[in-house]
Amino acid sequence: MPEITIDGRRVTVREQTSVAAAILQAGVSSFRRSVTGEPRAALCGMGICYECRVTIDGEPHALSCQTLCVDGMVVETT
Amino acid sequence: MDDSEAQFALTRLSRELWMELSPDLPRSVEYEACGTLWVAADEEEMREVRRKQEFYASRGVSTQILDALQLREAEPNLRDGLAGALLVNQDSVVYPPCAAVELIARSGATVLRARSVGIESQKVMLANGESLEAGVIINAAGIHAGALMPSVSVPIAPRKGHLLITDRYPGFVRHQLVELGYLKSAHSTTGSSVAFNVQPRRTGQLLIGSSRQFGVNSPDIDAPMMARMLRRATDFMPGIARLSAIRSWTGVRAATPDKLPLIGPCPGLPHAFIAAGHEGLGITTSLGTARILTDHIVGKTPPIPLSPYLPDRHA
Ligand SMILES: Cc1cc2nc3c(=O)[nH]c(=O)nc-3n(C[C@H](O)[C@H](O)[C@H](O)COP(=O)(O)OP(=O)(O)OC[C@H]3O[C@@H](n4cnc5c(N)ncnc54)[C@H](O)[C@@H]3O)c2cc1C
Ligand code: FES
Repeated sequence: MPEITIDGRRVTVREQTSVAAAILQAGVSSFRRSVTGEPRAALCGMGICYECRVTIDGEPHALSCQTLCVDGMVVETT
Repeated sequence: MDDSEAQFALTRLSRELWMELSPDLPRSVEYEACGTLWVAADEEEMREVRRKQEFYASRGVSTQILDALQLREAEPNLRDGLAGALLVNQDSVVYPPCAAVELIARSGATVLRARSVGIESQKVMLANGESLEAGVIINAAGIHAGALMPSVSVPIAPRKGHLLITDRYPGFVRHQLVELGYLKSAHSTTGSSVAFNVQPRRTGQLLIGSSRQFGVNSPDIDAPMMARMLRRATDFMPGIARLSAIRSWTGVRAATPDKLPLIGPCPGLPHAFIAAGHEGLGITTSLGTARILTDHIVGKTPPIPLSPYLPDRHA
């Protein structure tokens, strides 16, 4: 089972778990901040709304709902 | 901004006016004095950097030459192997739609939205059949300026450009970046060209340009042209390829044969004036244009002479 790091915390998830699901399972509710600083979280779950963007392995604005967890992955939300 | 003395004069005046306004512009205008870096790819372009610095210095604008190492420190995401750059401090970026909204609000003007079909001496004819009368009329209809005054020769040709804006990547780019080769492409008056030009927005977004196409009127994105433009951008900044774009669009610049705007009285149409044809500098030079034209209309001496911009200079 992949182990990933979300905001510095290690979490273990089931195979085929999306990063968005892992973030929610970890109890994080704000994936990112809007231009005016409001919290945002996954909405459509299918790669359309872009609300679920997080930094994955240093790459900003990655769609967490379209990315599967891989062992050792580092995820940052804001 | 240093194509010619007249272009330099209008740009410098306008830059001063923007700086005067800047302390109390609302956040929405996104005024950002990020400075411009004219990037030199090789030694030949470094010679142009030195020429430019002397040109600016002898006209009272201080700039700074960066060598390859200093350029790398100033903009770590530029590729290796560039020769250096000229830093024009205090050049700034604004978000034009919000700047326009702010300036209109300050002026206390009444805004009417309507399509005009023609301008006469003291009358603007509207598409709905009505007309507006005024003591002074200024035609600022961009590339459409000529169509509103068929009796006046308005030598403006459309020059299409593509733009693309990315998601927010704060700190990725710190200055407005322009390749010095831009001069070569902006100068050619025929054919199409691209040049590396990136502006950082206050949000951290990057505005990426630029392309120039003559004789193209369709607003559609021309995919091969966009691809050429982005290849040019990634040639200078390879990391751009990994950023995500959120929107791309096109615009049309109003180009004149001598690359100077048309500002002043319309020949043969008393009390009518024109302010158009600013090509790729019309946001920058908007304030200077307004200043010299209003001074002229109210009978004051403008801070710089109007003569190089008079609409009938081509006659
Ligand atoms: C790709 C691109 C990049 C650019 N980059 C820069 C830059 O970095 N810096 C810079 O300073 N400038 C830049 N420019 C140039 C700048 O956008 C223009 O010079 C500027 O917008 C010109 O302003 P304007 O008010 O004269 O004309 P426009 O902005 O064209 O405005 C003309 C207005 O007249 C209206 N109009 C036309 N016909 C009629 C009619 N019949 N009735 C009623 N209204 C009418 C139009 O709707 C429009 O609102 C760029 C342009 C392009 C295309
Ligand atoms: S939740 Fe909508 S794109 Fe990811």
